[in-house]
Amino acid sequence: MTLLTYRSAVARGIAQEMRRDPNVVFFGEDVAAAGGVFKTTVGLLEEFGPDRVRDTPISEQAILGAAMGAAMTGLRPIAEIMYSDFFAVCWDLVANEIAKSRYMSDGQVSFPLVIQCGNGAGLRFGAQHSQSIENWAMAIPGLKVVAPATAADVVGLMAAAVRDDDPVIFFNHKALYASKEEVPDGEIVDRLGRAVVRREGGDATVVALAAMVPRALAAAERLSSEQGIECAVVDVRSLVPLDTTTILAEVAKTGRLFTVEENPRLCGWGAEIVSIATEECWASLTGAPVRITTPHIPLPSADSLEDLAIPSVDRIVDTVSTALSR
Amino acid sequence: MFTDATHTPAGTDDDEAISTEIALAMYRTMSTARKFEKRAYDLFLQNLVKGTTHLGIGQEAVAAGVAAAMRKDDYSFITYRGHNHLIARGTPLPPLMAELLGRDNGLMHGKGGSMHLIDVERGILGSYAIIGAQLVIANGAAWSAQYRGSGQVTVCFFGDGATNIGAFHEALNFAVIWKLPVVFVCENNLYMEYTRIDGVTAVAHPAADRASAYNLPSILIDGNDPDEVYLTAKRAVDQARAGGGPSLIEAVTYRHGGHSRADPAKYRDPEEVRDWLTRDPLPAYRSRLVASGVREAVLDAIDAEIITQVDEATEQAKAGAWPRPERLHTNVWSDGGATWRN
Ligand SMILES: Cc1ncc(C[n+]2csc(CCOP(=O)(O)OP(=O)(O)O)c2C)c(N)n1
Repeated sequence: MTLLTYRSAVARGIAQEMRRDPNVVFFGEDVAAAGGVFKTTVGLLEEFGPDRVRDTPISEQAILGAAMGAAMTGLRPIAEIMYSDFFAVCWDLVANEIAKSRYMSDGQVSFPLVIQCGNGAGLRFGAQHSQSIENWAMAIPGLKVVAPATAADVVGLMAAAVRDDDPVIFFNHKALYASKEEVPDGEIVDRLGRAVVRREGGDATVVALAAMVPRALAAAERLSSEQGIECAVVDVRSLVPLDTTTILAEVAKTGRLFTVEENPRLCGWGAEIVSIATEECWASLTGAPVRITTPHIPLPSADSLEDLAIPSVDRIVDTVSTALSR
Repeated sequence: MFTDATHTPAGTDDDEAISTEIALAMYRTMSTARKFEKRAYDLFLQNLVKGTTHLGIGQEAVAAGVAAAMRKDDYSFITYRGHNHLIARGTPLPPLMAELLGRDNGLMHGKGGSMHLIDVERGILGSYAIIGAQLVIANGAAWSAQYRGSGQVTVCFFGDGATNIGAFHEALNFAVIWKLPVVFVCENNLYMEYTRIDGVTAVAHPAADRASAYNLPSILIDGNDPDEVYLTAKRAVDQARAGGGPSLIEAVTYRHGGHSRADPAKYRDPEEVRDWLTRDPLPAYRSRLVASGVREAVLDAIDAEIITQVDEATEQAKAGAWPRPERLHTNVWSDGGATWRN
C-alpha cells in the first residue's frame, strides 16, 4: 500500500497503461514538459519520451481530431482537455464524430480512446472553469462516461478505460486532486459499469458521484451519529455503462433514494437514476426520491456563493433527515 | 495550365511522363464517377435515393488524379461530396449504390447514407458532414502512421468553404509542428452552398493564399486537369512518405450542378456556368488521350463497361432488402450492441 493523492493517481494510471501497451500515447496542453496545470501528469514525459507524451497547441479540435484519427488506425490515445468546460470548443469531435462514427459505419471502425479532463467545482474558478458536464456526455449515444471519486479508482478505471475499445470520457474531479488514500501497489485494473457501495445502511440510499461521494459519506456519518439514521452510500463511478443492478438493489433495501450531484438542476444524471428507480422499483419505494443538486445557475466564484451552490454536507444531512421525518 | 503569378504552378518542371496505364485509370475513374452520379441523380428524382446527395459532377479530376498518386494502403478522408473519392479508390459500385438507396446490402447497411460513406478496407476513413472535421481527424491517422512507421500517407479532401472554419487552421498548424505525413487538398469549386467563396473570404485563394501562414508553400492548380492534379499530388504524397511533412494543395474546379438534391443553382451567373462547362474535365481529358495516341475504341470500350457496371449496381441496389430491424441496435459499441446499463 502507498499513500497516494488523487492528483498523482492520474499519472500513475496513465503510466501503468503506457508501460503495458506501446500503442498507448498521451497528449494535451501543458501535459508533457510542465506535467499538467494541476501537476497530474508529472514524470510521464521523462519515462515515455516525446514520441508518446506530447504537448499540443491550444487547439482542442486538433487534439480530439488527432485522438480520433489515431484511434481508428491502431493506436490507443489518451487525450487531455484541460478543463471540462473547454469541451464546448471541440464538441463536434465528441458528439458528432467520435460518438457516432462506429454506428454510422456499422462497425467498420472502433474508437479505443480516452479523453480525460478536470471537471467540477470547488476551486473558486467561476462559471467557465468549474462546470460538471458529465450530463452533456451522458446524453450522447456512443460515449462511455466515467468519474472516479478515489485515487485507487482513478488508476483502476483509467486502466479499464484505456483497455476498452470504445471512447471513454474520463472526468477527473478538480476538487479531489489533493485528497489522499492508501492505494494497493502494483497494477490495478478495474471494470467500467460497476457501482460500489461505500457504506451500508438500511434507512436510505444516497447515490453520489465524484466529489459528492466523500460529502455523501460525511453526511451519512453525521446522520448516523447525530440522528441514528443509517444511509447506504453508492458511488456510481461510471454513468455509461450504468450499474443499475447495484443502485436498484440498494434502493430496494432502503425504500428511499437520494441523489447527490454537482450538475445544475435540470437534466442532471440524478434525474435519470430517479426515473429508472420510479419505473422499475416503484413498489419498494416508501417515499418520493429526492435529488440534491446545484441550482440551475452558472457557478459563482466567491467562496461563500460557490459553497452555497454545490451540495454541502449540511444540505445533504438536512435534506435526508427532513425527507425521512415526513 | 492554371497559372497565377503569386503561386507555384505545379507540374511544370516535371519531367515525369504519365504512363498510359495511369492515364487510362484516371479516365476510368472520372467516367465511372460521372455515370454513377448521373444515375444517383436520376434515382433521387425517382425518390429512390432519400435524404440528400451532394454530387461532384464536374469535379472528378481531383479525385482521379490524387487517388492515382496514392498507395493502396494510404488513407483518404473525404466530405459528404464523396462518391467520386470512393470510386477513385476502388469501392465496388453495388454496395455504394445500395447505401444511397438505404438498403441492407449497402456499404454500411443503410446506417450512413450518402453523406457518411466509409470503406475502411479501401482506406476511406470517412466522409465528414460537419464542415472541416476531417482535417483534424486526418492528422490523427497521419500521426498514427508516423508513430507505427508504416509509411502510409493520409490525404484529406475538403471544400473551399471549410477554409473559413477554425478546424482548418488548427489542423494545418498541428500538422506542420508535428511534421505529419498528410496532404490537404482543397477542392475549390468557387461556392459554398449557395454563396460564392470569394464574397466571404479575406483572400482570393482561400487555401493557397493562407499556406504561408503555416510555413507551407502555396500550391494552386487546375483541378480540372487530372494530369496536373496527379503530378502535384504525387510530389506531395512522396514528400509526406519520405518524412518531409504535410502539404496544402488548392485545386480549382467547378461543380456542374447545384449544391445538393434538386438545387437548380440559380445563384450562379449563366455565363460563368457556360464557361466552366466548356472546361468539363471528362471530354477534355478524352480529347487529350486521343491526341496522344489512345484509340477511341479503347475509351468507348471502357465507357461501355462502366455503363454495364452502373446498370448492374442499380439493379442490385433496387433489389436489396430494407435493413433488418435488428440493425437499429447494433454497433453502437465495440461489443456490437447498444446496451448502456446492466
Ligand atoms: C459546421 C457546418 N456548418 C455548416 C454546414 C452546412 N453546409 C453543408 S455543405 C456547406 C457548404 C460547404 O462548402 P464547401 O466547403 O466549399 O464544400 P462543397 O460543398 O463546395 O464541396 C455548408 C455550409 C455544415 N455541414 N457544417
